[in-house]
Amino acid sequence: MRLTAVELACHRGGRDVFSGVSFTVGPGEALTVTGRNGAGKSSLLRLVAGFLRPTAGSLSLDGGDPELSVAEQAHYLGHQDAVKPSLSVGENLQFWAAFLGGSSAGVGSGLGAGSGALKVPDALAVMGLRDISALPAAYLSAGQRRRLSIARLIAVKRPLWLLDEPTSTLDTTAQDRLTEVMRSHLTDGGLILAATHAPLELAGAQELRLGDLDPKSASAVPVGGEVLS
Amino acid sequence: MMPLRALLLRDMRVAVRVGGGALMGVLFFLVVVTLTPFAVGPDLALLKRIGPAILWLAALLASLLALDRLFAGDHEDGSLDLILTGRAPLELVVAAKGVAHWLTTVLPLVIAAPLLGLFLNLDAQAEAGLMLTLLVGTPALTFIGLIGAAIGVTLRRGGLLLAIIVLPLTVPVLIFGVAAANAAVSGPVPFGTPFTVECALTLASLVVGPFAAAAALRLEME
Amino acid sequence: MTLTDLANPSRFLRLADIAIPWLAGTTAIAFAYAIHRAILAPDDYQQGATVKIMFLHVPSAWLGMLCWGLMTVAALGTLVWRHPLADVAAKAAAPIGAAFTLLCLVTGSLWGRPEWGTYWVWDARLTSELILFLLYLGVIALWRTVEDPLRAARAVAIITLVGAIDLPIIKFSVDWWNTLHQGSSVFRLGGSTIDPTILVPLFAMTLAFTLLFATLLLAAMRNEILRRRVRTLHLTKASAAS
Repeated sequence: MRLTAVELACHRGGRDVFSGVSFTVGPGEALTVTGRNGAGKSSLLRLVAGFLRPTAGSLSLDGGDPELSVAEQAHYLGHQDAVKPSLSVGENLQFWAAFLGGSSAGVGSGLGAGSGALKVPDALAVMGLRDISALPAAYLSAGQRRRLSIARLIAVKRPLWLLDEPTSTLDTTAQDRLTEVMRSHLTDGGLILAATHAPLELAGAQELRLGDLDPKSASAVPVGGEVLS
Repeated sequence: MMPLRALLLRDMRVAVRVGGGALMGVLFFLVVVTLTPFAVGPDLALLKRIGPAILWLAALLASLLALDRLFAGDHEDGSLDLILTGRAPLELVVAAKGVAHWLTTVLPLVIAAPLLGLFLNLDAQAEAGLMLTLLVGTPALTFIGLIGAAIGVTLRRGGLLLAIIVLPLTVPVLIFGVAAANAAVSGPVPFGTPFTVECALTLASLVVGPFAAAAALRLEME
Repeated sequence: MTLTDLANPSRFLRLADIAIPWLAGTTAIAFAYAIHRAILAPDDYQQGATVKIMFLHVPSAWLGMLCWGLMTVAALGTLVWRHPLADVAAKAAAPIGAAFTLLCLVTGSLWGRPEWGTYWVWDARLTSELILFLLYLGVIALWRTVEDPLRAARAVAIITLVGAIDLPIIKFSVDWWNTLHQGSSVFRLGGSTIDPTILVPLFAMTLAFTLLFATLLLAAMRNEILRRRVRTLHLTKASAAS
């Protein structure tokens, strides 16, 4: 499975957010999108997720399910956590697992043999939320809500992960958990596209810098080895 | 089917747990009915005559409650984005949310209506006619309301705008609903005539509502 | 034991645990006596046995108003004296008062149907009692809507004080307006106009109802204190979980 973008352009609110963005992400690969605030990182992710329409260029996901759109084969982790305060932690995750879960998650995606989705309690345990799964989500801190949101990514198997500032509000323990989860996903053959200020400690991640130097174009600059923090 | 069922159950759970739950609508309904005799006078004969109309009007206003939060709530906490990445068609998702709203907010009104009819001196035949017309007609109010709710999804205080957009669209339902309720009691028109039209309006809204609302959501979300 | 001693929730819980069983027992005895006297009371020459609905209708009306009066005192306790248990008492009392008021409305409606030919009429006494019921429901809704109990308490206190104006309206409605409901016959200048064979069971029932109210109130207050403790435990657990 391969995500390919050719000369993507985005126009919002009367201004050009970015243009001429091209990149390709293959199985087991991660692409981090960096740039100053307002450079269009979130817009790029939302464009790939299908929430925005590109004004130019094309986007394709080869090797995936031809019946499904890119969004339907992706997990989107945005700025908000999609957590309902009146439901318990467990109920929140159970809902998303039921709503987003589909049997075709692993078809033709090139995911590895061990790609069964985790059951909800196990997903909560991985993110350190098992003990409070019966608590109303209203009592959670921002970091705990973020972890609950991340647990969604492992409770439902989807090949492409679109992560917008995934480490925000997370402490170091939680960030380590996230890194583990991301590495595991890549090992299974998944793809990650992440917008971030902080380095994600993923070996071999390419970097796409938006809004650098010439604001009208950006291209993927492969950065080999560990990204130093 | 499972994603839609999960969404229906989640929306119902949230609706029942947040704030006063389902009973807020009934309380509002009760308050409006109580205000009526202060406005039109306590003459029981008059109240009996306009009773079905008053109850229909109050049910219409009460069912608009919580409608403006239907999509806006999910939009604000990021749930709507995730719903768009689901594999269920958006039209069915919207319909599922409409069903959840009707079951939790509107159905209690329909059940409470006969009790409130006692306050307006309705007799048994009028009560039966009223309850039947409300049962059949209120889904149309919810499903037409979905359109307004979708248009106002990005607004924080969309309540009044929603009312202004939606209420004119509900006029046909109101006309035939009240006509049927009155026909159940008296008049030359047999009950079946306006009632059949009311059924047709509801069936049409069950289709038009979700499609229009889904289209509006897609436009608003861009 | 003074009111300030009771301000400590733990001490209140201990007191409630002791008092509630005794109160419940006394309530049962009081009801047994009151029902016994009510059965012995003579039928009305016009209404027959229907008149005995009065033994439910009148005490529940009085208790519904007494409860709002208690909530008013609690409201002052919250706003003026800042007594820690005042808002607990107010929150616990609201549903009980609503139940008594509803009982009054329903029994009155059933009693009035054979008399007046209708289940309801919009005269001053009935309407002001219905308004009281709506006020109760509004207060209960307010308690449920605002998540933090202490913030809710202040909002409810204000509504309670404003709503207290309804109590004298209910009482004097039959004097000030032309109503279908009968005029005052118990609490009047110049003494009651009711015969003791009716008056005694009426007061007995009222006493039983009042004891019932006290029992339910203490039990509800105990529940509310425990509920708040659970909430605090939840909050602690959530912040302690890493």
